[in-house]
Formats: sequence, structure tokens, C-alpha cells
Amino acid sequence: MGLLSRKATCSTHGQDSSYFLGWQEYEKNPYNEVNNPTGIIQMGLAENQLCLDLLEPWLMKNPDALGLKRDGISIFKELALFQDYNGFPAFKRALVDFMGEIRGNKVSFDPNHVVLTAGATSANETLMFCLADQGDAFLLPTPYYPGFDRDLRWRTGVEIVPIHCTSSNGFKVTLPAIEQAYRQAQKRKLRVKGVLITNPSNPLGTTMARDELDLLINFIEDKQIHLISDEIYSGTVFTSPSFVSVMEVLKDRNLDQTQVWERVHIVYSLSKDLGLPGFRVGAIYSNDPVVVSAATKMSSFGLVSSQTQYLLSAMLLDKKFTKEYMSENHKRLQKQQKDLVSGLEKAGIRCLDSNAGLFCWVDMRHLLKSNTFEAEMELWQKFVYHVKINISPGSSCHCIEPGWFRVCFANMSESTLKLAIQRLKSFVSSIGMNSQGHQELKSLRRKARNNWVFRLSLQSFYDREQDTTTKVSFSYRPHFMSLSNIAATLDAAA
Amino acid sequence: NSHGQDSSYFLGWQLYENNPFHEVENPTGIIQMGLAENQLSFDLVESWLRKNPDVMELKKGGESVFRELALFQDYHGLPTFKNELVEYMAKIRGNKVKFDPNNLVLAAGATSANETLIFCLADPGEAILLPTPYYPGFDRDLKWRTGVEIVPVHCWSSNGFRITMFALEEAYERAQKLNLKVKGVLITNPSNPLGTTMTKEELDHLITFAMAKNIHVISDEVFSGTVFDSPGFISILEAAMDRNLENADVWSRIHIVYSLSKDLGLPGFRVGMIYSNNKTVVGASTKMSSFGLVSSQTQYLLTNVLASKRFTSKYMKENQKRLKKRKEMLVSGLKKSGIECLKSNAGLFCWVDMRHLLSSNTLEAETKLWNQMVCDAGLNISPGSSFHCSEPGWFRVCFANMSRGTLQVAMRRIKDFVERSNLMGRIKMNYQQNMSSLSRKLLSNWVRKLSSPDPDEHER
Repeated sequence: MGLLSRKATCSTHGQDSSYFLGWQEYEKNPYNEVNNPTGIIQMGLAENQLCLDLLEPWLMKNPDALGLKRDGISIFKELALFQDYNGFPAFKRALVDFMGEIRGNKVSFDPNHVVLTAGATSANETLMFCLADQGDAFLLPTPYYPGFDRDLRWRTGVEIVPIHCTSSNGFKVTLPAIEQAYRQAQKRKLRVKGVLITNPSNPLGTTMARDELDLLINFIEDKQIHLISDEIYSGTVFTSPSFVSVMEVLKDRNLDQTQVWERVHIVYSLSKDLGLPGFRVGAIYSNDPVVVSAATKMSSFGLVSSQTQYLLSAMLLDKKFTKEYMSENHKRLQKQQKDLVSGLEKAGIRCLDSNAGLFCWVDMRHLLKSNTFEAEMELWQKFVYHVKINISPGSSCHCIEPGWFRVCFANMSESTLKLAIQRLKSFVSSIGMNSQGHQELKSLRRKARNNWVFRLSLQSFYDREQDTTTKVSFSYRPHFMSLSNIAATLDAAA
Repeated sequence: NSHGQDSSYFLGWQLYENNPFHEVENPTGIIQMGLAENQLSFDLVESWLRKNPDVMELKKGGESVFRELALFQDYHGLPTFKNELVEYMAKIRGNKVKFDPNNLVLAAGATSANETLIFCLADPGEAILLPTPYYPGFDRDLKWRTGVEIVPVHCWSSNGFRITMFALEEAYERAQKLNLKVKGVLITNPSNPLGTTMTKEELDHLITFAMAKNIHVISDEVFSGTVFDSPGFISILEAAMDRNLENADVWSRIHIVYSLSKDLGLPGFRVGMIYSNNKTVVGASTKMSSFGLVSSQTQYLLTNVLASKRFTSKYMKENQKRLKKRKEMLVSGLKKSGIECLKSNAGLFCWVDMRHLLSSNTLEAETKLWNQMVCDAGLNISPGSSFHCSEPGWFRVCFANMSRGTLQVAMRRIKDFVERSNLMGRIKMNYQQNMSSLSRKLLSNWVRKLSSPDPDEHER
């Protein structure tokens, strides 16, 4: 009708994808050790809940931080009035020190290049507004965080063109893949303004290798475009290889005084390593003063509460504490990841070898009825509704190979993780018995079966579209539409 | 450059930053009278916090709720917080309007709320009508990233800057001539910079206009908690209810923006909100609020502050008393210097008439006067042009962001400034008169002598 904006009435916010739908199903029937032991276990939420118990005693020992006092004297008024978009100076200093620590102090950051934002969600969108116009494009390696479809595109009008990565090389970024994506963008008459990577990767849980970073730097140098490195998981690297930030590679290649230095930007947040997503603390780091200036002004639309800036500046300034915290955090993450990986192994399921993040990238291709996204959706549905585990299907992360799932491990206790693995094991063994019979059928009636399967999958395809009376919830239908979009992107990319 | 940060409004700010007044350390510095902040009632909030230490310590009944809050990032907001907010908002409106917490969307400040609403209601290239004078920040908040245009609705001192049907129609036609599709009108009520609450008549005009043109009304009511005098505050929703429009189409096209920055004086905590009866707008803006959520730590703190009804009643009463007193001090101080203010009953500032101090009825003269106010008088006040006022000579002068002592200094400085200007004016006038009666010949002789290259002459 045109009464509201196109943005308000479209679905580019991507909230109808399966990523969010699984979340919704979980909300309806959430697992609780005591109150709802048969509920759905949330393994689709990349949160770090393993170390909050370390933060609480620190807060007790440092009452001034929460109490908004400095040396025992209330600075409530000062903070209540502090709305300077340049950010609380002490907080920015503490933040850059912390960021340096995470990178083994191989890189040092200048607080004047930091722009604070209400979470990485805000930081990423702001960077898009600064670096690209409506109709421009950014290249993103797949699989990527589903939220980017909203954060980078919705209000900015910027397009995402995927750089397809495959399991053939552990989903690493390759030059042919980047160039393919670039050509794809050109075909679509989109001006490419940059590449956005997530390092460590969500959903892969891996840190980028030096040669990948070199590749990307060479590429953006050649094409004179930007590189955004979303490093929000940098504090969750729990085992080797250690984290190499793109800034470190630039320094090592003596590129720190060149033009490309100003086209590389980092996004960070305290939501993943410190486990504080509720406090909305994100940051943009850029060596381009124009970007810093524009982003600073834009941060007016999402400033960090001064109450929170003060609390965290006190916490991060306690270097002894942050060192101990990070060390313990890594230990616990590693243990939980190991538990998940070995548990899955016992069920005959392999994970991509990972050293970071709050999740594993799990290979369930062998559990698919067919090498299709329909089969992946079917499997995902089984997980949510029958196994009662909400995990994220690879298609929601724009993975081009069906059968991969992101499974989170850091947002639950050890015992809940054990239970989840148990449920998975029983489910897999039940499939196992069926799949054996399935194999025999396959070898017996190959030719006829091909036609039959094709017709059947098509049929169920249409059935789902037309049938509104099945017990499949209404919320499933919008998901189906986003599946078609993914399929279309696949077609175009093929 | 449409973030508008280079307007004189922000430049004056910068000059102040370089030489800020301080009662003890820099008594000759520039006094900040361009910042609409409420610093008058902190002591009330602080004393409540001291009596309720659990709140800052993120405890509930002695038990820590830190963990829940640290993880709480639901863009629907803390339910208890929204419940308290709607009750507080209703209280401000004398409980003549009731709000549903499900129609409330939290945002990181009204800055975020306004931008988000525009993203929801208009596409790039479309337009919003705004009565002048209006808050300079709107040029950034409403236009910058949204690509939406602002078309001003001109208001004049001849009728106290009230919005007329004629002015609305005129603005609409102007927009059409510019090929701009008007999606709505945004009002600030109580007004910034006028400090006045809208009359029932004005609100009725707006509603009628919105119905006729099938457009939205956004009512930025951030100053609704600062109404310190009669007439009382009438919210747009109240005006719509009085006309029994709850079931009309226009009901879902009326949206309110609010924040805790002005009445509670907490701009640093970034607490803003959108209220709308339009489910699609609530849905879309809720998702958009992901880009500017309120820190859960802050949501928790303020839930508890607002939950104390005794405190909020006491605070509202005392805050209004203090604002009224301070405003009266400014008004009477200015009066002694021969300067009048627009009669106001709300806000943290006065809309001051300095037209008689202009050397000419022009924008240049206003800018010159502003320059003199900042540099000579040492007062950073905001020139009306930065508010897009159509008449030169008006200035917004804030009174709630300083101590009584500082305001007294400011008043004295204005008095001195005006006297000096009057004196200068008289000297100028005398000079001009004398010049014409002085013999021309005498003057040219005198000048010739002065410019003579005789070294002895010069040394004398």
C-alpha cells in the first residue's frame, strides 16, 4: 500500500529463515534440567555461558564498578550526563589494551581509532553505511552467520555476494572462489566495495590461516576495495593454531603505511569472549580517519550506556583478572568442545577440525536421505521436533553443500551437553537401522528409483507449498520461501 | 555532509569545549547555554540509589541477577522495564492515556528511536513535514542514513509560532512541487526549542491534516516530563481519543517517541522508545532495534527506579518545581536587560527574542550577534537559524544544565553585554552625527598630517 516503508514491509531482515525459526520452536518448549527435562535443548545459540561465574566474584571484590563510584565517591551524575559519542576515554583505552592482549600483543591499537557501538550488530551495519551505497556489494565467504543478511543488507540496501567455500579443502577461502564471486557481482551489475570475513569463523570455528589472509590482502589491494574482519570470536581461540589478526599480517608485510592499511577495518565485541551480549558493547577499529569520523557520528544511533562503559573499563583495566579469565575461559571452551566432538564421534559423526568459537561445524551428510537441501531440512526438522535439539542447518548459513550443521556447546552445562549427545546418539542409531535397508533398495532398483525419488521429492515440495492443514506449523512456510532464494543463489553461482 | 554537524549549533559547542566556564577554575570561560540537559534533580535520584544499593549491584532480593542480565539481549526488552515505562508515561499524562507495553519498542535513546521510525515509515526520497523552529539534530537523525527529506512547516512569531492549518497545507504543496511524497509530519511536543506545549487546537489540526492526507504523525514527546506550568500537557493520543478515533485508520498512523534523557536527566544511559498502535511498525521497529538495544544493566537499574511509585511522584513534583523556578530566574534576568522570552511552560530552555539587538533583520546580523554572544559575552546560546527559524533574531537559551550561581553570572554578563551594545550604539550614533557637522576640510587636513612621512611627527 506504500503507507509504510519498503524496509518495514519486506523480509530482508531475514527473520523468517530457519535460523530464527528453530529459535522460535525452542522458545515454545525450552529444555530445563528440572522443570522441563524433555524440552528442546538450545544448541543454536552462540553464547558463552561457561565463565560468568568468574565475573561475579570480581564484581563483588570491586563494588565501585557496579556502584558507579571512583575511589569510593559517586560519579553517578558524571556518567548519567556522559553521552559523548567519542566514548568514555578510560573504556576505549582498556578495550584496546584487551584487544592487544588477545592478539598476543603482536599488534597494538590506538584508542583514537576505536568507535564504540551498541554491539557488533550495530558496528557491522554502521561500517556498511560508511563504506558502501545502496546497490553496492560486499563479498562474504560461505558459510556465514545468518544475521549478516539482516545486519549488512536490510537498511543499507547493500548486497551480499557469496564466496563459495567447500569441504574439499576444509572450507578455506581460495583465490578462484574469490574471483568467481567478484565476477558474479559484476554480472549482476553490482559494484563490489569490499570483502567481509569472520575470523575466527562463525560457523566453522576455525581461525584463518596466514595464507588465506595474504590472499585476501592481495585481492583487496588489487581491486582497491575494503576488507572488514569481524573478529568478535578472537577471544575464544582455545587451542592452536593461535589467532592471527589481519592487522598482524599487514604489519608483517610492512603494509602499515600504505593505502591498503586504511582499507582494513576490524569489528569487535565483548559478547562472545566475556559472555556479555546483554550489555551491548561493540567496536569498530579503523586506520582510516574518515571512516572513524563518520562511524563516530553514526554511533549516535547506538551508543553504549555510560553505566556499562564504566563497569567494563574497570574490569578490563584489571589486567591480572583479564589474564586469568582468558586462560580459564580457553580451558573450559576447549574441554566442552572436546566433549562434543568425542561424543559426536562415538555416534559416527565427524566435525570440522576447529580451534575457536562457541560451536562446531558438524558433518551430517551421511545422515541425509539425498544430497539435497530438502533432505537437510527434513533432517533439521527431525532434530528439532523429534530429537529435541535446536541446531542450525548449514543452508541458513548459506553453505552450498547440504548436510552440515552448526552445533553450539558453550551455552550449556556439562550435563546438558551430555544429554544432548545422548539424544543424538540414539537418534543416529535409529537412522542407522533404516539406512541399511535403504542401501539394499538402492542397489536393487537403481534406474527406476531415480525417477521415483525425483518425483517424490518434487511432490513433497509442492505438497508443502499447498498444504496448509498439516501439523507443520505456519511458521514453516516463510522458511520455505527463503529456501527458494537460497536455491536461486545456488543456481546463479553454479 | 547532511549529518548537519557543521551548523553553528555544533560550532558553538566546539568553542565552548575549548574554553569552558568553571566557577572556580575558569570563571571567565564560556558558559554553556546551548545544551538541553536537566541537571537540577540528580540529588533525588542519587539519594534513592543510595537507599537501594541492590539495584546498582544487580541484585534482586539479595541474589545476584548479573548472569541473567549479562545474557539478556532480547530485542523485545526486559518485560518488567516496559511495564514500568508505560505506567510512568501514563503518569506524565495524568493517566488520561493508557499504554500497552506490547506496543512499546526500546531503542538506544530518542536519537535511535526517531531514525528507526523514519526507516519504518518512509523510503529514500520521500519526505516528512516538520514545523519550524525544530531541533537541529533532526537534520541528522531523520535524513542522514534514511535518505528521507525534511520539508519545513513555517511558523511565525506573529501567533507565537503555533502551527496553523494554512502552514501545513502550504508545506504540503511545496513538497509536491518538489516532487516529494509526504509520508508524515513530525512534531515535538512539548516543543524544542520553544518550550511550549501544543494546544488542543494545534493537535486537532495535525490529526485532521493526517487524516485528510492519509499520512503519519510522529509526536516526539521527550520533553513531556518537563512540563512545569499550566497549561498542562496534552499528548497527541489524548487528543485523538477525545475525538473517538481509536478505531479509525489514523489511530494506527500516530506514533510517539519518548526517552528518559530529559526529565530524568539520564542521557548517558541511552534509553529511548517508540510507542505505536500499528502492529507492523512495532514488529519492524522491534527488529530494527537490534541496531541499538538498551544495555540490560541499565534496563534493570531503571526498572527498579521507576517501580518505586513514591519516588517517581516525589521526583516529578520536585523536578517540575525546580525547573519552573530556574526558568523564572532566566526570564526575569533577561527582562532586566530588556530582553523578552516566548511565554513557555515546559522544556529546559527559553526561546528568547533578541531581534531588537540585531543590526539588521537578516541572518547575517543574527550570526554576528551570536558571535558576539559567544566571544564577547562568553555565552554559548543557540541561534534560531540553526533551528531553521524563518525569522532572524531568536535564540534558544538553556537554563537547566547549570547551578544557580552560574545562571546568575550568565545574567550579569548579558546585562553588561546589552549595556555595552547600547553604549556602542549611542557612540556610533553620536559619531555619525558629529561626522556630518565636522568641517570636511578640517578632517582632510588632520588626516593628511597623520599620514605625513615626517618621522619626527610620528614619534610624538
